Amino acid sequence: MCGDPSTLEGFQWLICYLSTGKHQKFYMSFLVVIGLLIAVAPLALAMGFGGALAKRSKILPLRWLGSLYTNMVRGIPDLIFFLFVPIALDQLFEMIRHKIKCPEVTDPIYQGNDFVVCAAAKLPLGNADAWVHNVYGFVMACIAFAIVFGAFAANTIDGALRAVPEKQLETARAYGMTERQTFWRVQLPQMWGYALPGLSNLWMILVKATPLLFLLGIEDIVYWAKELGGFKSDRFDYPHPDWRAYYFAALMVFYLLTTWVSEKFFIRLNQRVNVGRVGGEL
Amino acid sequence: MKKIALGTIVLALAAGTAAAQDVRMGTEGAYPPYNFVNDDGEIDGFERKLGDELCERAGLTCTWVKNDWDSIIPNLVSGNYDTIIAGMSITAERDEVIDFTQEYLPPDPSAFAALAGSTPDLEGGVIAAQSATIQASFVASSGATLVEFATPDEAVNAVRNGEADAVLADTAFLAEMVDGGDMEFVGDPVYIGGGVGMGLRESDADLKAKFNDAICSMKKDGSLAKLVAEYPELPQGKPADC
Repeated sequence: MCGDPSTLEGFQWLICYLSTGKHQKFYMSFLVVIGLLIAVAPLALAMGFGGALAKRSKILPLRWLGSLYTNMVRGIPDLIFFLFVPIALDQLFEMIRHKIKCPEVTDPIYQGNDFVVCAAAKLPLGNADAWVHNVYGFVMACIAFAIVFGAFAANTIDGALRAVPEKQLETARAYGMTERQTFWRVQLPQMWGYALPGLSNLWMILVKATPLLFLLGIEDIVYWAKELGGFKSDRFDYPHPDWRAYYFAALMVFYLLTTWVSEKFFIRLNQRVNVGRVGGEL
Repeated sequence: MKKIALGTIVLALAAGTAAAQDVRMGTEGAYPPYNFVNDDGEIDGFERKLGDELCERAGLTCTWVKNDWDSIIPNLVSGNYDTIIAGMSITAERDEVIDFTQEYLPPDPSAFAALAGSTPDLEGGVIAAQSATIQASFVASSGATLVEFATPDEAVNAVRNGEADAVLADTAFLAEMVDGGDMEFVGDPVYIGGGVGMGLRESDADLKAKFNDAICSMKKDGSLAKLVAEYPELPQGKPADC
């Protein structure tokens, strides 16, 4: 049906145009972004939980570690972290693999500007399929996002834990609960009500931060919108003038829809975690 | 007999590993006709065809990788891919960081383009260029005000939006962009930069020799000139002998 695009007209041209291989990659990239959100949310929450517990720990070095983590990430621009973490991790992994897999190579790893490891130490291997490289990049991106958003979540959770009224904890102790029981049965369940507004903010910021993916070499929706919308000369099967405005409008709809769905979800969640909490009703 | 069989296997294995050197080719994918992403979402253009042919001649298995222009050199030296084949001019500054093969295209003169009918001030006006290009450094050292963009496409669009008076870029790329009719070439071409070659890590002398041999053989049998002729926008002059 789409044999020779130059003979197509009107609606049929548009249908064929919107189903090119390039557009299919564009549609797939929506799944990549949604996948990233779904993967990063629990990771960041776990990092945040760990960070908050470290900050409140009785062990001094652990407390230092928690404070160092949250303050460092919150103080350094996200952009720098997104650029630094994947490169540093990647070089670290490759360096370790180089030492294990090619002990016979004595050439230095850093040669002037070059970072040189043996072929067997490369991550992913040079002959790996493109999808392996993509998955590897995606995992690196998830780690970078989780570290950054985990630090913000740590502060939110730490604050929420403090916000649980002291009287509640005293009562729990009066009933003979141990420290651990007090934490898990009284403090933690009530913490969610205080943490949720902050965490939902973080989620929204995460949704909007996904275009940073392209910095990490992953082709996300903003990259494809820019690439597809740009002026296309007659060299292309479907030449067209600068259509970026339409593509960006489509992205706006996608982001607004995501926001709308998230909002509904958080309202429901808020009602759930506040059941039975005095003063916690919306 | 056994020894001979064993010897054959060893030979076959050695040959197998030698033939299967995998090379990742890094390109920008946003600079027609040099390299761009076609409607199927694949890397296409002059350099795609050239690169595939060079790899075949050198007996390499090549895969293509797309990378932003801004970080195309850092990602080469940190080993994300093994070559840059992205219409990159050979300049002394770049040569300090990476190595180049011999040129496969002679220098492409840079040209200014502006909105059709306008008469921009090329010496004192606002000129758009892609960042980290020879054109950007040329404008920066001239009297004009430089506005830089990450992609060549955006630099051209800055003129269409009225953000810049004119854009400075390679003639071959601009020829493609003024195709729409709303823009035209203005002023005289500017001769900056050397020929176009492939970039490689300085520590990768073997690979450089392989690609140099392959480029040389394409120059000698005339197949390079034939390939360039398929893209009339490209500089059609003879690249330096090997």
